Amino acid sequence: MSKDYTTMWKELGLNLQAHDGLLSVLTNAYKNIYLSQKNRPAAMDYFDFVISEVHGLRIEELLEAKKANKKIIGTFCIFVPEELILAVNGVCIGLCSGAEVGSDSAETHIPRNTCALIKSFMGFKLSGLCPYVESADLIVGETTCDGKKKAYEAFNEITGKVYVMEVPHKKDDSDRFLWKEEVEKFADKLTELSSEKITVEKLKESIRIVNEKRLALQRLSKLRAADHAPISGLDALLINQISFFDNPVRFTAKLNELCDELDKRVKSGVGVAPKGSPRVMIAGSPMAIPNWKLHAVIEGSGAVVVGEESCVGERNYRTLLDTNFSTVEGGIEAIAERYMTIDCACFTPNTERLDNLEEMMKTLNANGIIHYALLFCTLYMMESYKVQSVFKEKDMPFLRIETDYSLEDMGQLKTRVEAFLEVIREGNSN
Amino acid sequence: MKRAGLDIGSRFIKYAVIDKDGAVSFYKKETGHNPMSVCEELFDSDRADRLTATGYGRHLMEISGNANTITEIKAVARGAREVFPCCRTVIDIGGQDTKVISLKQDGGVQSFEMNDRCAAGTGRFLEIMAKALGYDIREFGRDGYPSDNSNISINSMCTVFAESEVIGLINKGIKREAISYALHSSVTQKVTALTKRIDVKDDIVFAGGCALNGTLVDMFKDTLQKNIHVHETPDMLAALGAALY
Repeated sequence: MSKDYTTMWKELGLNLQAHDGLLSVLTNAYKNIYLSQKNRPAAMDYFDFVISEVHGLRIEELLEAKKANKKIIGTFCIFVPEELILAVNGVCIGLCSGAEVGSDSAETHIPRNTCALIKSFMGFKLSGLCPYVESADLIVGETTCDGKKKAYEAFNEITGKVYVMEVPHKKDDSDRFLWKEEVEKFADKLTELSSEKITVEKLKESIRIVNEKRLALQRLSKLRAADHAPISGLDALLINQISFFDNPVRFTAKLNELCDELDKRVKSGVGVAPKGSPRVMIAGSPMAIPNWKLHAVIEGSGAVVVGEESCVGERNYRTLLDTNFSTVEGGIEAIAERYMTIDCACFTPNTERLDNLEEMMKTLNANGIIHYALLFCTLYMMESYKVQSVFKEKDMPFLRIETDYSLEDMGQLKTRVEAFLEVIREGNSN
Repeated sequence: MKRAGLDIGSRFIKYAVIDKDGAVSFYKKETGHNPMSVCEELFDSDRADRLTATGYGRHLMEISGNANTITEIKAVARGAREVFPCCRTVIDIGGQDTKVISLKQDGGVQSFEMNDRCAAGTGRFLEIMAKALGYDIREFGRDGYPSDNSNISINSMCTVFAESEVIGLINKGIKREAISYALHSSVTQKVTALTKRIDVKDDIVFAGGCALNGTLVDMFKDTLQKNIHVHETPDMLAALGAALY
């Protein structure tokens, strides 16, 4: 980090000693996993910088925004409409998770057998390690799984600033109606919190900003279809993770710069791994910073991850939002409709996800699929069986991984992944 | 050219050398705390021109030994197929891991399943239980099916809890033959559950050190109702498979 942020962290109430420890572990992990990669695109510099300042400069920016009376809205899920937050001049920020932190404190509020992501966001807060949660004026939860739904009750007792949106679990007319009302209520909540009125113009402008961001992420995804892969899966994952933290306008500009470079790489046949390296797609549970474990194992074994069918990935940017409305009500309805296209495993049935997976495998020229589920992430663990049956029918190599943020299963994980890559390579040579 | 395969397992390091006439020699030593020096000792007894390493310690050789590496899944599949060309499924119970592997017609790996991170159902599980019952590991499983199995079963999935269960049964005065039977049956159930996730085809090769346990072999035959083959040195099949690459 370029300057000393100790005073800022102290004022936010962070546990300074533990936070220093966390940052030094993260810096080392980043060096080993990211900076050791070969032939990275030059434009990754920006994203390296963002990560190095993720608890520094970015937090300073948030505090500046707060001084200018902007509201900071913390989220955990892609169901929370960023467009509405921007429409009240707010800042939408993903909260900390993704590392094994403060499990013992978290276990005083939630059971031991809870998914790593939930345990981690509780642990981050309880250990005083997340400057985002401390900066947030409102934390928006959602009912996408039972674990989160109940954890938000405890999280509200601890933080006093949780607001929960109810995401329905079917997509019938009544469910769409309920969701539209939830989006309206959220708009009211934001208006009340920020004293900013939502207008058609503001809504259109914020939709444009978020659409542009999603378009840039789609562009990155399409570029990964090339063999030579112009960028590693690790770097692409990082960019997707940063899309939840960074200023959206700046992020979009920087990502487009990177994509320009990748365009050139694809045209001149420059890549990060030898042509013909196994191409793996990852599907399933989201991977919050710094959960880079599976990508690191796969790419460390000589394959390239070419796509993430995940909330930190394709699910976040697959659909754009229609700006063809002329009233605020119409805009809110368009937002509600767009978010109901998300193929989250919380829905039943969820056949769209299977279609989307097949489509992605084809467009990304993937040779195999790894279904990743965090332990105790019941919904994605359950859906993995359905996904397996679809790909088994097509004779497409499939591997199911259930793991968490710990490193204790690294040996087994490596053996499974390497054996899976052997299967892909043998299939290719036949 | 003399080819060798080195299988660095959690409990033993196995070394297979195929000389230019195709004759195979097997060597085996405990892994211990310094696997590299054990490997050196094995090399000293029989040098080869080409080495392929496998097993959980395979990457040790990649760094320091300039050897190719393959996973134990590919290696054991290749080794099993070499000694039993009819093989379409492999059950491999090693020290820390249990694997079931389904092979394609041509012998390549089609799919595989592994136990979770814990040692339930592995060789280490059986070792700990044998010790609790006062058996030498080579004797464990020789009792076979007891005439009176007292209808006991081991219910714990976890090795440590299962050991407590065994101690509880011993203290109830249950015969050790009956407890041994229940333990073998518990391992069989766990491995059979894994086989259900893959396409089990005839013929099955049972590989890994645990295949020397006659009771386990008999139980798999009863449960799976398929042809099960065991090589005279089933623990060497991964090393052999590596040597063949």
